Amino acid sequence: MHELFNTLLILDLAPFALSFKLATITTLILFVVTLPLAWILSQSKSKIKPIIESIVSLPLVLPPSVLGFYLLVAFSSFDLAFTFKGLVVASCFYSLPFMVQPLQGGFESLNKNMIESSYIAGKSKWITLFRVALPNIKPALMTALIITFAHTVGEFGVVLMIGGSIPDETRVASIAIYDLMNNLEYGKAHIYSAIMLVISFFVLLSVYIFNHKQFKGVHR
Amino acid sequence: MISLKINKTLCGAKGEMNLEVDLKIKQGEFLAISGESGAGKSTLLRILAGLEEAEGDVIVNGQNWRNFPVQKRQIGFVFQDFGLFENMSVEQNLLFVAKDRALAKELLEITQLRELKNRKPNTLSGGQKQRLALARAFMSRPKILLLDEPLSALNHKMRVELQKEIVKLHKRFGCTTLMVSHDASDIYRMASYVIVMELGKIIKEGTAKDVFSTNSSYLSGEILEVQKDIVVVLVGQQLVELKISNNKQFSVGDHIELESYLAF
Repeated sequence: MHELFNTLLILDLAPFALSFKLATITTLILFVVTLPLAWILSQSKSKIKPIIESIVSLPLVLPPSVLGFYLLVAFSSFDLAFTFKGLVVASCFYSLPFMVQPLQGGFESLNKNMIESSYIAGKSKWITLFRVALPNIKPALMTALIITFAHTVGEFGVVLMIGGSIPDETRVASIAIYDLMNNLEYGKAHIYSAIMLVISFFVLLSVYIFNHKQFKGVHR
Repeated sequence: MISLKINKTLCGAKGEMNLEVDLKIKQGEFLAISGESGAGKSTLLRILAGLEEAEGDVIVNGQNWRNFPVQKRQIGFVFQDFGLFENMSVEQNLLFVAKDRALAKELLEITQLRELKNRKPNTLSGGQKQRLALARAFMSRPKILLLDEPLSALNHKMRVELQKEIVKLHKRFGCTTLMVSHDASDIYRMASYVIVMELGKIIKEGTAKDVFSTNSSYLSGEILEVQKDIVVVLVGQQLVELKISNNKQFSVGDHIELESYLAF
């Protein structure tokens, strides 16, 4: 018990800080970049829509090693490999569907006549997006933001390939756990893993509680 | 003056059909569009609003509205399911259309929603939602008002009240109004001209009296209940108990014709 307490005291929390920094930046970038994409996809009847949707969903089915390999090839000319910036770019690709799909689904589930009422009121597509559509998809928005954040925190394969394990630069929590296991430091690996498990659980719990409250609010 | 000459292929429950309408509507007229479900009535309104495309021309006061965006058409539209902005209060629903507080106040008074101006749409009753949709449609001071079954799903009392409000607002704003309705009483009380559509075509037009009156002195009804020598018949929305004078056998669901001295 005393040993555990000492271990906790000297625990290096830098990998967690790095994970959360990476997840926050990735979530913000993805939100800004993919919000218009999700909106356009939800309103589009274009024939190329399935192609774009397939590209967006690719990271869900691709082995992280495939994505990591192509990103490494692409990064070779930009000097992004094994840097934090490189990790951010890679995370944006890897977590893309986790932001786009809930947003698109939220927009598609909106009452079509509500959107059309905004157009009839003379409002442009963008004003309609920010004043009507977005405020009415709060649960989907919350899901998109939190799941993207949580998924980026939990990223491993792509991070390992793109970032390696450079302390304070690319050594995020999931990589730190992997390193600890390789070094047979099971005690610390246990603690790191438990922290990740608890954080992940509470992140998901917050999404479900929020969405449950929203649902109850609508159907009261 | 609105001149519509449109053509569009529609895929409905009964398969493909061609919506083919050639229609002229006078400035300030209250036109009712009646007909079976799937006849193309709502699509006609949506094409005029610019929410759907069609071949042909929509000419409003000499201006061709082909490629004219929905945002610039200055129309009011009351959808069957209201399409209210759920994130906004009653008053914000109106002010979102135009920042005209005086008009919003007037419309809230007319539609008796002043006391509810801070409520969100999901806390309103069906009738209140319908009133709000109506008030919102007038916020843009529309030249054309489109109503897609605005009084469906309302009880009789509420219906009559809203009929009066719609007529009042129609006169106040002097807009040309097109209303889709199945209900003869709505049409009779509000519309100055009626078209009846069937499978995408106009099959009948005239005043409400012309269109809905019958030359025969018979009313048709459906038998709902058969007792010993009495049948209960539904005629329009009225239940009528009739004594059977001959020995004829009737069953529930039979359609019969009743002779009337009061039919037009």
